[in-house]
Amino acid sequence: MFTSVLAAAVRSGTPLLFAALGEILTERSGVLNLGLEGLMLIGAVTGFVGAYTFHNVYLAFLLAVLVGGAFAFIHAFMSITLRVNQVVSGLALTMLGMGISGTIGRRYIGEVIPRFSEIPLPYLSNIPIIGKAFFNHDILVYLSYILTVFLFYFIFRTKAGMTLRAVGEEPSAADSLGINVFLVRYLATVIGGAITAAGGAYLSLAYTSMWIENMSAGRGWIAIALVIFAAWEPFKAMIGSYLFGGVMAIQLRLQAGGKVNVSANLLMMLPYVVTLLAMVLFSFSKTFRQKIGAPSALGIPYSREEKT
Amino acid sequence: MYRVKVEKRLEIPRYFSVLISLFSITISLILMGITIWATTGKFSNTLEAYKEMFSWPFIPECGLSDTIQKMIPLMLTGLGLTIVFRMRIWNIGAEGQLYLGAMATTWGALFLLKDFQNPLVVPILLILGTLAGAFWGAIPGVLKAFLNLDEIVATLMLNYIAYYWVNYLIYGPWKDPHGYNFPLTAIFPEHTWLPSIGDTGIHLGIFIAFGMAVIVYILMNKTRWGFDLKVIGDNEKAAKYAGINTKKNIIFAMMLSGALAGLAGAIQMLGVQHRLQHGFSPGYGYTGIIIAWLSRLNPWATILVSFLFGGLIVGSEQLQIIMRIPISLINVLQGIILLSLLASETIFRYRIRIVKR
Repeated sequence: MFTSVLAAAVRSGTPLLFAALGEILTERSGVLNLGLEGLMLIGAVTGFVGAYTFHNVYLAFLLAVLVGGAFAFIHAFMSITLRVNQVVSGLALTMLGMGISGTIGRRYIGEVIPRFSEIPLPYLSNIPIIGKAFFNHDILVYLSYILTVFLFYFIFRTKAGMTLRAVGEEPSAADSLGINVFLVRYLATVIGGAITAAGGAYLSLAYTSMWIENMSAGRGWIAIALVIFAAWEPFKAMIGSYLFGGVMAIQLRLQAGGKVNVSANLLMMLPYVVTLLAMVLFSFSKTFRQKIGAPSALGIPYSREEKT
Repeated sequence: MYRVKVEKRLEIPRYFSVLISLFSITISLILMGITIWATTGKFSNTLEAYKEMFSWPFIPECGLSDTIQKMIPLMLTGLGLTIVFRMRIWNIGAEGQLYLGAMATTWGALFLLKDFQNPLVVPILLILGTLAGAFWGAIPGVLKAFLNLDEIVATLMLNYIAYYWVNYLIYGPWKDPHGYNFPLTAIFPEHTWLPSIGDTGIHLGIFIAFGMAVIVYILMNKTRWGFDLKVIGDNEKAAKYAGINTKKNIIFAMMLSGALAGLAGAIQMLGVQHRLQHGFSPGYGYTGIIIAWLSRLNPWATILVSFLFGGLIVGSEQLQIIMRIPISLINVLQGIILLSLLASETIFRYRIRIVKR
């Protein structure tokens, strides 16, 4: 019982994890991208259409990631080159993503596609309790493990990661050291967007194998909250994603089991209530309130000619 | 030797903000045309779609009353957001606040004041909806003011909560027993309806909305409070040193903003729907964000912009019926408008000159 709940938490936490990891990378460079919801939908619809057309989930996933990166490029151009308000630009990105995915996906409602199947990892999946919970999944889940470790190592242990953080903390100082602030931010936004889109692709290629309009159902926004809880650190984001994934999984389980006499709609409300409550509880701690770990230049466009 | 030089404008003429809005709408319509062309495959379709979109919603015998009906909630949510956006508080929760307003009004009309045959019933119900919206706006306001909680995520979570709460009620306890199991409540008793103006199909809510535009204008531009809000938005530290109580103002502004969205929900219930039903709002609260931004946070411009957007919604519904163009295309259009608006804001700040080297 415990193992299966944990496994379900990992499964439904994975899209959140991808989105949160992507956003951590982006925000570490000082760019705030609130368009995660739109990016996930673009990833989901691209993945779905790709798998439907080519009958190949790997190709579909690759396409979703590439298109997601291209979509995030819009936000990069708006917020880095044109230096527009990043909050509004992110919202526009979400609307655009909802609209585009809804328009394209309409033709595919009711169709079923091949999906990523579970591959139990040899030896690891035989470990009692955690084996079945963590090592009996599809390849995208394993990819998210690798990505978490890699991002942690990259951000905190490599020179390139240090450059990234410098750009997010003190862009003008980084600039004076000869770092190309604009290039770093562009890369972080585009790659971060691609990772987020991978979370969306997970929804249509592994989690379900259907297209449902607005299927990300607010996960993009929950991921934004997660990044704050996680203090912009990949491992904490992983823990957070599985906690929220667990809430979602339990909600689904209760709904399917029909054992409890609670309305489905009230259960669906649960993840959002939990997110809000967790934010409130967290904010009672002083360190959280001061947003420790938030890149200092987050959301502030960099310009050489004017200092803010 | 000549070269092109891009330089910052020292002064931005006032008429530019109008220019920016017009420019971005033009750009979006061109991009939208390309999208329709791509999805339907024929250029003539695009022209026809535009003809339909710009005539149908504005002709009195066709869609005009529908346009005005949709303009009312858009205007109210847009006005509410104007207030908070001036402080750079990002209330994305107008949709949820509108849902709460609609819910409270429904509760009043179906249960609390069901038998209260009195001309006061309509104003009471409107106030009920307004208060519910204000309450839903106050929650993130208080959290922001005292705990520095990110208002964007908080308001969004509250949107989802409101959405499922309403769904719970209309699928469960409030479901109309004679509704063939559809997710909707029973029809409100007729004495709770907001009267229509003659046989135009337009209800009195339009006057309330115009009244609110005047009130918001006076509040924002003619009172000290409106000035304080601007100061907080421009520089919170400066506001503190000037003795402005930022906490109180954040909460109050969020409440006002929520109140207007709640009022929009209440009016929608009493004037148009006369019952709470699934998907009664095609995203008025989200569209309100674009309206506030496109009208450059100016209450008068909000009237015009929400009229145009009301037409846009009616036009795209019409397109869906006659040309089978999916309704989600309106989201695409809204996204493009917002992006091109943001982009042109920056671009217009610069000018291109040809100078002698």
